[in-house]
Amino acid sequence: MGFKDYCFRKSLWVFHFGGASCNNCDIEILDCLTPRHDLERFGILLVGSIRHADVLLVNGSINRRDKDRLLELYRQAPKPILVVAIGACGCTGGIFAEGNTFAGPVDKIIPVDAYIPGCPPKPEAIISGIVKLAGKK
Amino acid sequence: MSRKTLIPIGPYHPLQEEPELFKLYCDGEIVRDIKWETGYNHRGIEKLSESKSYDQVFFLVERICGICSTSHPFAFANAVEEIVGVEITDRSKYIRSVIGELERIHSHLLWVGLAGHFLGYNTVFMWAWKYREPILDLFEMITGNRNSYAMFKVGGVRRDIEKSKIPAIRKEMGVIRKKLDLLTGAVMDDPVIHARTKGVGILTRQDVIDYAAVGPTARASGVDIDVRRDDPYAAYPLVNWKVITAEAGDVFAKAEVRLLEMYESASIIEQCLDALEKLEEGNIALKINEIPAGIGTGRAEAPRGEVFHFVVSDGSNSPARHKIRAPSYTNIATFKKSCIGQTIADATISLAAVDPCYCCTERMAAAYDNSSGEKILNANELIEISMKRTNEIRKSEAGHE
Repeated sequence: MGFKDYCFRKSLWVFHFGGASCNNCDIEILDCLTPRHDLERFGILLVGSIRHADVLLVNGSINRRDKDRLLELYRQAPKPILVVAIGACGCTGGIFAEGNTFAGPVDKIIPVDAYIPGCPPKPEAIISGIVKLAGKK
Repeated sequence: MSRKTLIPIGPYHPLQEEPELFKLYCDGEIVRDIKWETGYNHRGIEKLSESKSYDQVFFLVERICGICSTSHPFAFANAVEEIVGVEITDRSKYIRSVIGELERIHSHLLWVGLAGHFLGYNTVFMWAWKYREPILDLFEMITGNRNSYAMFKVGGVRRDIEKSKIPAIRKEMGVIRKKLDLLTGAVMDDPVIHARTKGVGILTRQDVIDYAAVGPTARASGVDIDVRRDDPYAAYPLVNWKVITAEAGDVFAKAEVRLLEMYESASIIEQCLDALEKLEEGNIALKINEIPAGIGTGRAEAPRGEVFHFVVSDGSNSPARHKIRAPSYTNIATFKKSCIGQTIADATISLAAVDPCYCCTERMAAAYDNSSGEKILNANELIEISMKRTNEIRKSEAGHE
């Protein structure tokens, strides 16, 4: 078991970064925490500070204003950290990739460990993505 | 003048599901002034819309806001149909209204949950979001997706609500009423919620008129406006329903208006289903080959208030200009009235009470440096540059003399 496996062996704490999104992925992420899906039973918890997080969830296209802030958050994050790009916008920029304020998909700005596509991805897809990620490491 | 403490909330704050920055200027515990910054969510949708064909714009405007993802296509469809000058078929009108009202129920439940969360009442949050799930299941059954339904097109809707699906929707409306009874009872009778929301964040009738607030924010202050009744569209003139208003204008009144509106929505849906059962299946969209040159305006009552779309067509395949005004754009400005003079704890729920939606609201005034393409200048910085230049010229002029 390597150091990274050791770090992600137990409860994953998640920090959620909503970029220039349409809110759909944000509410589906919140949906994962509510009674129907209840991610907290796996010890997965949304935290208020990036300094407490094991996973950085990024959704939405990243515009020029968000870009520096995302970089800053990634710099502040305790390493190792898993970065998950959620939704079509997080993965590629989606429908907003041609926009005049678009500053590149997430993986052009920070390294990404997992992609969860969909517009928006269903909570089941988000859970499946996180479980695969936790299992892979 | 006493010293004021600046308390920033955001832009990436665990309390908010969207990025926005509030600056609360506080004197002790009391909020004396409030400023907010947006732009973290700007995607340039109006400009993007000009590069898409009319069919594609529906998918784009749907993604302005994920929560009210029917209201924008609704208003856009109304605008384009005004340009074309067609009246859509009755069946598509009823289907549009069913989708619109299902969305209102899920959006209001979402708000009730978030409001409970902001009050530190997580039970309400969990309940409301649990009751919201069956509505999303209905969406999945009717449209194939939980959010962003892609149901609208110019001249009608993309998918029919078949007769075989109607009993399931009807059954769920019965169930949701019972759940709403429970939720409304819990919220309306709880002494803690009364203490936290009554008399908090009051917007008077005059404030609402001054700030041109819309939707439940306005209706909770006794301003009786609703686009569904005032400028009828889709099937709303064909069914019986009433506009819910309250007088107090505080957070409690806003909650009351939203909770009672959900009952009205359930009743509208049931009446639409009755009509759909009587009408023949099929015939859900008119064939429209060409959008003529012209100007169209479309309005729709989103869960948060009036959505306004203005479309200029030059007869080509895509809009020549597309202007969007979302309800939160005017509602957010009322923070200046509702939050000042409150304690910080009450300011939070006052901010949440208008159900602000920043992804709808993003506007930007900025300039980019052409050479690097990086630097963003806002209005203040532009003024500074201008002043600096004036000073330089003044100095050089003085040097010549």
